[in-house]
Amino acid sequence: MEDEIIIGLEIHCQLNTKSKLFCSCSTDFRDNDPNTHTCPVCLGLPGTMPMVNRKAIEYALKVGKALNCEVLDESEFSRKNYFYPDLDKAYQITQYDKPLAVRGKLLVDGDDGEREIRITRIHVEEDPGRSVHIGTTDSGKYTLVDYNRSGIPLIEIVTEPDLRSPKEARKFLNKLRATLEYLNVFDSEKEGSLRVDANISIKGNERVEVKNISSYKGVEKALTFEVTRQRNLVRRGQPITRETRHFVEARGITTSSRSKEEENDYRYFPEPDLLPLKVSGWVEKIDLPELPDARRERFISQYGCSVEHAKTLTGGLKLAEFYEKTASVDNALAATWTSDYLLGELNYRDFSIDAMPVEHFRNLLKLLKENAITDKSGVEILRIILDAVKEGNIPETPDSIVKRLGLAKIGGGEIGSMISNVLAEQSDAVADYYAGKMQALNFLVGQVMKKCRGRADPGELNLMLREALDKKE
Amino acid sequence: MVTAEDIRKIAKLADVGIDESELSGFTKQCSGILEYFAILDTLDQDRPVTHERVNILREDEVKPSLSQEESLKNAGQTEKGFFKAPRVM
Amino acid sequence: MAGALLFRPNDTVNAFITTIPDVTYSDGVLSGVRVAVKDNISTKGVETTCASRILKGYIPPYDAHVISLLKDAGAAIVGKTNMDEFGMGTTTENSAYGPTLNPRDITRVPGGSSGGSAAAVAAGYVDLAIGSDTGGSIRCPAAFCGIVGLKPTYGRVSRFGLIAYANSLEQIGPMARSVTGVSDLFSVISGQDKMDATSVDRPYNHIPSPDINGLKIGIPDEFFGRGVRPEVADTVREAVMTLESLGAVTVPCSIPSMKYALAAYYVTCTSEASSNLARFDGVRYGPGNSNRKSWHDAYSEIRKTGFGEEVRRRIMLGTFSLAAGYFGRYYQKAQTARQMVRDDFSRIFKDVDIIAGPTMPDIAFTLGEKSDPLQMYLSDILTVPANLAGVPAISVPCGTVDKMPVGLQLIGRLFDEERIIDTAYAYEQGVS
Repeated sequence: MEDEIIIGLEIHCQLNTKSKLFCSCSTDFRDNDPNTHTCPVCLGLPGTMPMVNRKAIEYALKVGKALNCEVLDESEFSRKNYFYPDLDKAYQITQYDKPLAVRGKLLVDGDDGEREIRITRIHVEEDPGRSVHIGTTDSGKYTLVDYNRSGIPLIEIVTEPDLRSPKEARKFLNKLRATLEYLNVFDSEKEGSLRVDANISIKGNERVEVKNISSYKGVEKALTFEVTRQRNLVRRGQPITRETRHFVEARGITTSSRSKEEENDYRYFPEPDLLPLKVSGWVEKIDLPELPDARRERFISQYGCSVEHAKTLTGGLKLAEFYEKTASVDNALAATWTSDYLLGELNYRDFSIDAMPVEHFRNLLKLLKENAITDKSGVEILRIILDAVKEGNIPETPDSIVKRLGLAKIGGGEIGSMISNVLAEQSDAVADYYAGKMQALNFLVGQVMKKCRGRADPGELNLMLREALDKKE
Repeated sequence: MVTAEDIRKIAKLADVGIDESELSGFTKQCSGILEYFAILDTLDQDRPVTHERVNILREDEVKPSLSQEESLKNAGQTEKGFFKAPRVM
Repeated sequence: MAGALLFRPNDTVNAFITTIPDVTYSDGVLSGVRVAVKDNISTKGVETTCASRILKGYIPPYDAHVISLLKDAGAAIVGKTNMDEFGMGTTTENSAYGPTLNPRDITRVPGGSSGGSAAAVAAGYVDLAIGSDTGGSIRCPAAFCGIVGLKPTYGRVSRFGLIAYANSLEQIGPMARSVTGVSDLFSVISGQDKMDATSVDRPYNHIPSPDINGLKIGIPDEFFGRGVRPEVADTVREAVMTLESLGAVTVPCSIPSMKYALAAYYVTCTSEASSNLARFDGVRYGPGNSNRKSWHDAYSEIRKTGFGEEVRRRIMLGTFSLAAGYFGRYYQKAQTARQMVRDDFSRIFKDVDIIAGPTMPDIAFTLGEKSDPLQMYLSDILTVPANLAGVPAISVPCGTVDKMPVGLQLIGRLFDEERIIDTAYAYEQGVS
């Protein structure tokens, strides 16, 4: 039994308020030219002062409530002082001594069943600007800075080191992401809207920090690499250095970052331009929407979903809403076809659930419910629709595809004649079957399926062929 | 009370350049001043600061930003709409 | 009536860093009145330097809130005045643009850090001026130049656009040759600003009244103690007697927390300044950086050449006061000391209405006289308590020593500028 892995996460999410945290610039900057969403405040021009966005605090309290946290009586902003070109004021306004909320928890599907992961604290802070490092030769290098992102409100969520594996960490993140989506405080599809720092150690050894992982998949990869790296060192009897490492997504590895920021003294002190927040009383008035766990239970009780399907379908807000819009055709079919077929096709194409038009999917479910097409045809239809979306075209409806390609399931009579034809054509295989080689049956099934372009149900076909063969003999 | 080495370290932390020639002058002056500050050490208890006004917040409304040109106006160097800064190691 | 004027002062005392030769102005209560603005207050389209090399050529794209108010009131903003770099100093000798001279005696300093504003008013170049006061920077030059200067209650005037030195201590305030001038200017610039979270809704709309019958004036022992030049103390005592003859009553009192005041002040202001001034890296404004150096080296270099010695010294002191491995606890201790000063004032104001004493422990120094920084800091001892507690304080001229003006300082309760202005007015009228 290898030594216990200990993981803690620090997650930064961009809150989707309309304006920035301390000024009224729009937060909707992504497709724009650099430095077009700035003002004297978020540029840090001398003489400017911050003014807190009420919505950002409300959103953060919503998250605190959803994570069962205790909201502090008095909360305040602090300055974290350090120098970097993308930090406009050379300090970040954050919360240090007195965050917004503490001591919460989130239930996660752990490696051994459901577990409670403790949340240490939640606070609000501003995002710095964005640096682009240019140049390769020492003398040719410089840094370009865009302050569009400067001042975007972030919520920072810190967990206790309760996670026990990279996989568990990924599950935790997915649950957290889903919760934030359900609360409508966060847009998970926006690039860079979620960043993770992880602390990982093997029991009895030094802790390593892995910084700035910016994708969910990246977290599991980075942590898996770290676990392997650290275990190898332990096995070789080498010490694990307490350090900060960076995750290089493209190579799936972590590298040691030059310890320039070793023991960085941030010289925190309370932000003198802002007044404290006394908002613990606001929490009662916050109405939480239905959260993932509750929705999962409801899917099980209301739609009869299996536990597995319910978990999958409630894993994202849009996905859950999609299911509910299509379940009225047939709960079970909708659950199976969304979880087991559609999601796979979407992932393959790197699409979100938005790519599948709701009406098209309902149409498909109807056809399946009426037994008008085979499952194989169903999958073919899904692929045709999504490929069309990928090309940027308006996808055909399933009805139209079935008509155009003649995918209607063929009836017994038609199959019967195809079976006869195949048996006549494939005399070798037939002989093999009579000789006791059962694979020959599969081969014959395949031949019939080819002839009818998959419009027969394989199970039914298998039975019919055997009947035919046995009869013939 | 503080040594030249302390001054060097603090100057580095604060990114305030000082010449070697200035070092002894700064050391002497800062030392004397920090000794004067030490009277604060005789305060035994932290008294909590009372705040009468709290929850000063603004509504989540968007107002026009500066144009890119206005934003870059005072910058020493720019490139393609970005501010240009020396390379970060 | 709206109009235009030409501003071509014969600025022999170096009061101005920038003058605006052709000024248009609108209608309003200050229509056509020439107002000088300290160069740490942002003026849109007009260079704002804080008397530092590091902001040479910086042109703010926005007006400070008080500037908008002044413009709306029809003021003719005629120039930006000289100051100690970033507000750090008591003599306006710490300027990258040369010292300002005291119009009353050009071998002497005008006081600081709002020395340029005080000199411009004293010399008659302008009618009114605004300065900023972090630890006495309006009151000191007012006293040294023989004019009136008010540090408002913390929060009564917006700080949006004031280039920050010590956020929790400073206020923009009015300076004029008369109490009425200060009062008129104060009524224009006071009031809440939605861009400044620390500003409060307490506008000032008061006409000074000379009636101080029954006014109770506290006279702190500590304000007339060892550090104060005897002749200055005597001059101020005489001024207090004038107030008594006008119906006021004096009550002795004591401010025991005075012994921590200067340390609390300097720890607080240097700590906040070390953070406020870190943004001057040459990227968004200021001199550009050399690309041949790395970030940290370029940054250090700019700050070495761009900041004067006093500024660098205060940044280091502030960094020491906040740094974990050094005196990190000092900032918190300073806030405790401040609470003690606040408590002392609250206690005293239960028995008296205002507190009186000298503004400065001496008359204006000669240029170059105070070369030791600590000696310079000690001269702020009488002015810093009002900043620590946030209470309003005014300096009004009350006589001379060696032909140089002496200032009478009157300190009031929070938001009670009306009363100290009335008292100053009573004195001014009483001796005229």
